[in-house]
Amino acid sequence: MLRARTIGLGMGALTLFTAVPAMAAEINSGDTAWIIVATALVLFMTLPGLALFYAGLVRAGSVLSVIMQCVMIACIASVLWMVVGYSLAFGDSVGGWVGGLDKMFFQGVGTDSVNGTIPEIVFAMFQMTFAIITPALIVGAYPERMKFSAILAFSAAWLLLVYAPVAHWVWGGGWMAAMGVRDFAGGIVVHATAGVSALMLAKMLGPRKDFPNHLRPPHNPGMTATGAAMLWVGWFGFNGGSQLAADGGAGMAIAVTHISAATAAITWSVIEWVKFGKPSLVGAVTGVIAGLATITPASGFVGPIGALIIGAAAGIICFYLVGLVKNRFNIDDSLDVFAVHGVGGILGTLLLAPLAAVSLGGGGQADGVSMMDQLGVQALCVAIVIVWSLAVSYVIIKVTQGLFGLRVDPEDENTGLDLPSHGERGYEL
Amino acid sequence: MKMVMAVIKPHKLDDVREALTGVGVAGLTAGEVKGFGRQRGHTEIYRGAEYTVSFVPKVKIEVVVADNQVEAAVEAIQKSAQSGQIGDGKIFVYDIASAVRIRTGETGDSAL
Repeated sequence: MLRARTIGLGMGALTLFTAVPAMAAEINSGDTAWIIVATALVLFMTLPGLALFYAGLVRAGSVLSVIMQCVMIACIASVLWMVVGYSLAFGDSVGGWVGGLDKMFFQGVGTDSVNGTIPEIVFAMFQMTFAIITPALIVGAYPERMKFSAILAFSAAWLLLVYAPVAHWVWGGGWMAAMGVRDFAGGIVVHATAGVSALMLAKMLGPRKDFPNHLRPPHNPGMTATGAAMLWVGWFGFNGGSQLAADGGAGMAIAVTHISAATAAITWSVIEWVKFGKPSLVGAVTGVIAGLATITPASGFVGPIGALIIGAAAGIICFYLVGLVKNRFNIDDSLDVFAVHGVGGILGTLLLAPLAAVSLGGGGQADGVSMMDQLGVQALCVAIVIVWSLAVSYVIIKVTQGLFGLRVDPEDENTGLDLPSHGERGYEL
Repeated sequence: MKMVMAVIKPHKLDDVREALTGVGVAGLTAGEVKGFGRQRGHTEIYRGAEYTVSFVPKVKIEVVVADNQVEAAVEAIQKSAQSGQIGDGKIFVYDIASAVRIRTGETGDSAL
């Protein structure tokens, strides 16, 4: 491959220009290098980023259980992705609904097969890290009270039945892609699916025993901030890598990602400062994550001004949704997966239509598509994915409940899950 | 011999240690404890949800002194641990039946 590329470059600009169709199937080493780095960055988001982000928010007696859940979900999702998940998402489409089984066990995904300008194995691994973090996001819905066996069974089934098909619809050449839906890095595929499924699971599992009035505060906000900072850095790979090239588009995706995160954190902190008199670290980093989740679907389509608007909207709307879910819906989505990720992902998916406007520094609409048409497609697709995620999650949870039971023993819940579920503890006190 | 036990604000520990050594106290034992008094607890807000923390972190110190040092030790603690705010803590004095220095086997005041 390297040799072929060298020859291609040696033939001069004119030849290169006219040879575009032939070049399209060639591997670009710059693009490949960036996606390999981005793959590592996105894995780093889950391990240890998300694990620490969540672990700091629970009680001291459950800190290891949350980290363990993230680690094991990462391992199981990785193996399942290689065995069948990748094929269901990116195999030859069966009527636009789901990928075929042709790429099971990464068959044909060798060092020589190509996806765009990168080796397909790099693409498959990059996508694997998305398949890891998406079910891991749901950990925030059920900490401190769900059986470990049930968590693993739910996560495995969810990956194959909710995530993989939706990834196919949107990114794998499925029917939503054919409608022209825009989801750059996973507002629909990652955050909407995980967010609404988290809400369903939290509702069916029931609240922590002390919810809502006698809960213990987060045991280590510094750990949460550490994890959030890792997520922030890793998100450059998540959004910037979704360009699948090392180019200006990737650079702009990282720029808008960063601006949105910073703006949302400022917004969240200002709200807390005005409302409660003090801006908190936990609030600020929650704002960061809300800003990151919300810009995700839009990060390849909007410009810096769009990112400012998205960040501010994320800070305000996600802040109020956290209270709404817990106090009004009375659902103990413990670490606010729906309010932050679900709502952020949905919000960004809708906002990207108006904010792609060239006048706001965006990349404009797709050829021949009006803003309102795009908005309609976005709304329809996100609505369908919400319904799909809720319905399939409901069935998976019911089956899991029948097979394993969902909740730990009440006494184990009192203790914190580290000792009862894993036989170890995070702190020698 | 008496034991002077005090529950104080954690950040006052160094001041108390300094004041006690100033009046000739040769050692003290300190530990982190939680409790409530008139200060009750406080509330913390995370992501808009209010959490009630009903036990406040404090430091408990224990000093055993000869009878003629008690008054000075109590006064030293009371002055050095005082901020004037609610939650400064309390001082208690107990009788001590005996004391032994483990290394030498000395007993009574000379063990202190």
